Amino acid sequence: MIDLSLLTDGGVGWLDASGPSSHLVLSTRIRLARNLADRVFQGRNSETEREDILAVVERAARDTVLLRRATKFRLDQLDRTDRQLLHERHLVSKELAGLDPDGRVRSGATLLVQDQIGVMLNEEDHLRIQGLHSGFALEAAYGEADRLDAELGQRLAFAFHPEFGYLTSCPTNVGTGLRASVLIHLPGLVLTKEISKVLQGLAQVGLTFRGLYGEGSEVVGNFFQLSNQTTLGSSEHELLDHLGKMVRQVMDYEEQARQVLLRDAPAIIEDKVWRAYGLLRYARALSFDEAMNLLSGVRLGVGVGLIPDVGMYTLNKLLVHTQPAHLAVAEGVTPAEPDLPIRRARFVRKVLESEVGRRG
Amino acid sequence: MSCDQCREREAVIHLTQIVNEQVTTLHLCERCAAEKGVESPGGVTKTPLGSFLAAMGKGPEQAPVARGSGACSRCGASFQDFRESGRLGCPECYQSFEAPLRDLLRRLHGSTHHMGERYVARGQPIPEQRPQAAELREQLRLAVETENFELAAELRDRLRVAE
Repeated sequence: MIDLSLLTDGGVGWLDASGPSSHLVLSTRIRLARNLADRVFQGRNSETEREDILAVVERAARDTVLLRRATKFRLDQLDRTDRQLLHERHLVSKELAGLDPDGRVRSGATLLVQDQIGVMLNEEDHLRIQGLHSGFALEAAYGEADRLDAELGQRLAFAFHPEFGYLTSCPTNVGTGLRASVLIHLPGLVLTKEISKVLQGLAQVGLTFRGLYGEGSEVVGNFFQLSNQTTLGSSEHELLDHLGKMVRQVMDYEEQARQVLLRDAPAIIEDKVWRAYGLLRYARALSFDEAMNLLSGVRLGVGVGLIPDVGMYTLNKLLVHTQPAHLAVAEGVTPAEPDLPIRRARFVRKVLESEVGRRG
Repeated sequence: MSCDQCREREAVIHLTQIVNEQVTTLHLCERCAAEKGVESPGGVTKTPLGSFLAAMGKGPEQAPVARGSGACSRCGASFQDFRESGRLGCPECYQSFEAPLRDLLRRLHGSTHHMGERYVARGQPIPEQRPQAAELREQLRLAVETENFELAAELRDRLRVAE
């Protein structure tokens, strides 16, 4: 069992709902893909080379300010539940955690993490520097990732081409190696059926969307990860500016959609959000997807002021702790436990009851 | 409507792009669209690179696959390996397969030029940056002269980064 208490904020500082626009945006993530110049790319690395890369990068990381006290998780030495737990906390990708149906965890797969910043090693690229901040905070998250990039870049030799920029194993990441993602909650646009138009619009301006867990994941609970599609031909700040502008526009659309719902169908919306709250409060069994959808309804209710008694932080906490691996670890069972939905419902009831009790 | 590219076949794909806040619409026939790496909505792509890689393998204008032996001199990967996996073998692959990759990068990113931070490994001299800045300054002057202020604003930002 891994000890997440080793991480100062338990690795969920990004969920504390303290960041800008946190009623709509859960978190902002920055990822920089980097490779060592004197090595072949990960896909052609032997087990020994991967160990070697891990050793070289860790030595450099321990010498930096930002990762000096980093906690190290060797994914290849963790059991599946622990790997899933780190993935559910958005600290490692599905690929690094080896959670694909046919996936095995790769030897040398490692996460170094300190507060809001970390680096995944032996992922698709040798290094994936990542920063995760609460709320809508593109510049802050990038600033930190950029500083770590500079610190590591002085201690390691990165693969860089004068014309193509930072070289990556997949050409979709070449250039800046930057992927900036904003995890945003858009129930208003989903309910007004405007969402597909908005997503198509984003595709036309070079942005893309993914589900709650990033690449290859489904959209659950009306959470969308919006990110830049291209990494070459624009500077880092241009990419961030562009994404930021578009996210602000999507936030405006979402607010407008919520106003339309409240204006044109107030009774339906009120019923919908309180029904979601009622189910969470009293249901005796909840699947993960159902819990996520109901939490989305309650979050909408809190966002538009219909449900006064629940804090965003409580909703974020429920979001994290009702995920299969989190719940299983807290309950001392495996994520495959058949009565997990019953345990999930009990957990949600307890949290909501104490929240209401606390607020009198 | 005929295809903007070949001006022969009927255009069936209408591609709207917004680049630098300028909206352009391309009307393409199925074949030209495929050559440009544009899939019709019905097209199935397995990987993000699927359609691009498939398009690169089609048509008489296919870029020559690598120079010389067809394998990267450093890691031994072939361009075919890349087509199958979507992953390159090593940093040198970018040189070994420069021509087809340049084509691919243009399709993927609309550019082959890194405009972001320049990396300088420890102990290496800082590369001369002026030519790029000078070029941008000249473009900026032209943009202002022609009163293309949107472009000018963008160039000014780029210049700031370059300097």
